[in-house]
Amino acid sequence: MTVRPTRSLLTNPILRSIVYQVLLCAAVGLLAYAAISNAAENLARARIATGFGFWNTTAGFDISQTLIDYSSQSSTYGRAFWVGLLNTLLVAGLGIVGATVLGFVIGIARLSRNWLVAKAAAGYVELIRNLPLLLQLLFWYNAVLKALPETRDSFVLAGSIFLNNRGLVLPRAIPQDGSSALALALIGGIVAALLYRTWARRRQAQTGQSSPVLVVGVALTILPALVVLLLKGFPVTFELPERGRFNITGGTEALPEFAALLFGLVIYTAAFIAEVVRAGIQAVPTGQIEAAHALGLRRNLALRLIVLPQAMRVIVPPLTSQYLNLVKNSSLAVAIGYPDLVQVFTGTVLNQTGQAVEVVALTMAVYLVISLVTSLAMNLYNRLIAPVGEHP
Amino acid sequence: MTMADGARVDTAFVRGAYIASRPPPPGTTGLRGWLRANLFASPFNAVLTVLALAFVVWLGTSVFDFLIRNAVWSGSDRTACLASEQHRQVGACWPFVWERLNYFIYGSYPIPQRWRVNLFFMMLACGVTWLLWLDAPRRDLGAGYFFIVLPICSFILLHGAPLIGLGAVDTSLWGGALVTIVVAAVGIVVSLPLGILLALGRRSRMPAVRIISVIVIEFVRGVPLITVLFMASVMLPLFVSEDWSPDKLLRALIGIALFASAYMAEVVRAGLQAIPRGQYEAATALGLKFWPRMGLVILPQALRVTIPNIVNTTIGLFKDTTLVFIVGIFDLLRTIEAARIDPKWATPVTSPTGYAVAALFYFVFCYSMSRYAKHMELRLSAGRERR
Repeated sequence: MTVRPTRSLLTNPILRSIVYQVLLCAAVGLLAYAAISNAAENLARARIATGFGFWNTTAGFDISQTLIDYSSQSSTYGRAFWVGLLNTLLVAGLGIVGATVLGFVIGIARLSRNWLVAKAAAGYVELIRNLPLLLQLLFWYNAVLKALPETRDSFVLAGSIFLNNRGLVLPRAIPQDGSSALALALIGGIVAALLYRTWARRRQAQTGQSSPVLVVGVALTILPALVVLLLKGFPVTFELPERGRFNITGGTEALPEFAALLFGLVIYTAAFIAEVVRAGIQAVPTGQIEAAHALGLRRNLALRLIVLPQAMRVIVPPLTSQYLNLVKNSSLAVAIGYPDLVQVFTGTVLNQTGQAVEVVALTMAVYLVISLVTSLAMNLYNRLIAPVGEHP
Repeated sequence: MTMADGARVDTAFVRGAYIASRPPPPGTTGLRGWLRANLFASPFNAVLTVLALAFVVWLGTSVFDFLIRNAVWSGSDRTACLASEQHRQVGACWPFVWERLNYFIYGSYPIPQRWRVNLFFMMLACGVTWLLWLDAPRRDLGAGYFFIVLPICSFILLHGAPLIGLGAVDTSLWGGALVTIVVAAVGIVVSLPLGILLALGRRSRMPAVRIISVIVIEFVRGVPLITVLFMASVMLPLFVSEDWSPDKLLRALIGIALFASAYMAEVVRAGLQAIPRGQYEAATALGLKFWPRMGLVILPQALRVTIPNIVNTTIGLFKDTTLVFIVGIFDLLRTIEAARIDPKWATPVTSPTGYAVAALFYFVFCYSMSRYAKHMELRLSAGRERR
């Protein structure tokens, strides 16, 4: 007969773990209760309203860049929120595209056989990664863009693009009759080119015969649009900016704040993406590259067809977190005055309403949602590029 | 093919000595060979080389011209740094930096009390060296000094303690590199223990502990640091009763510490996962309970392999300290921003000069940390390869 060791209740692991957890929950609950009751008391004393009643109140402040209709007299705080959010998404979206392109170029350049190119890329990465982003943004904004000439002495490119310390003025495209037909033709052409590429790939996989994808693809993209142009004439007119004595009228304008933020984010994030890409490429076994060379593939073909597809599997997860960092870093816009979500909402709206809890909580919720959606999308992509039978 | 004499008598001719090796084909060795292999391997490569060289030379000469050749080295106000007939191209405005250097280092800390800041810098330098120099004696004492003695002494030293005759210095007077270093140091000192706790919590078998840790870590990592700082600076005063309201610097410190802890927790968790299961089981088999098991067996190994990542997180933290700028703390970057728009010195070259100083400061710190991380990585992987 075996004797089970007797245990006192004090050392019973299950009981202990339950006690610990109850204590922890009680402590967290108590903290939350204290915070909430203090907040209620402080808010009541300061006569600050609670809840989202301010959402439909007229905002009464101007925003320098609005992607949707907004006016300081009639638009609400809620509208200002959407304006800020769209501005954040605009700069983050363009930033991700730019940083990915530049990052891949620099990352591949770091592994180049060309000594000078490799060293220059390494120098870029070391320099940019070791300087705070905020310093870089202030530098681009205050030391570079603000040092551009005044409106009177703008740099003029191609006669109708003006660059000065108030931003970049470009001709504005005004669609006329028939522009929708042109757009349709262009989209149709692109779809046809993509379909052709899919067909060509399948044919190559089955028969080994390759097709001139690039030439046919370009032709398919351009020809329908060209036909429409010939039939209907050019359906878009441009409003050219005119230089006055003090101002430039007409055209569309990119704010210097926007340019500085985009530039800074792209340059900063590209340095990190370059490191991710380099690590990913180096993770591909040398045997793969040697096998590709043995098959007679040139260096660039080996890189494109053999190395990068395998490297992508290593690259995608850290690349995702770099994208998320870029989105979060776009909130530094507040330092140079680009009207992003944080500047408009956590800055101006918070100052005007004083409703810190609601405003900060909502801003945080937005970034959390963006983070979640981005990582979901990237996980999906990661699953798509995983080799068959090797689902993570 | 070595053959003894006479083994085959009919062999017509066998060389008894090696032929002297012939020189390699011209253009494959020496400087020319190196150039051909590394810079001009193909026409495309040659074009790249020329373009890269042009860019590097252009950048190098512009930086050199700005910082040294065209720089202004003496003067007492902005007129010295303005373009004039004799001096068309004006470079960096060094007298501006020279005059404001003390402001950049100490902020508005009272001048007679600045020895306290210097003493703090020295104590911190000792602590950091003790901790990072792997062959230093008694590194356990070093950790105690860095994480317990140093924070208490620094607080007394910098903030003042009227009891022992050190006058109180309000934190609103602190500024410059002092604040940057204080924020970074507090971030490290708080985030490492708190990060370890959160990481252990995330791997705990108790669901409540695990869930709370996961929520804290993922929430903080999912939002930008600015919003955490805003939360600390505008929401925190609401959450505590009015008499307890923390001062501005303390609020920013709380935000930074919370933010750094969440990132540190993930780094430590990766280290914990790298420890083989056998180590956990062996420690349990020895009869060690949770804390001795972690403290004596698991954490020493886990922290050792994560030193490079901890240092890299610290670099990120050091760069992120600049964000306290936005909630109105006078860190180094903010003092430079304040000084560069001062009418006494405002010229077109003042801003780039100020930013160059800031860049040098951050680069020196971050680059040396990243070199250290790399060195540690090599040292650790060398140990692994020997095994």
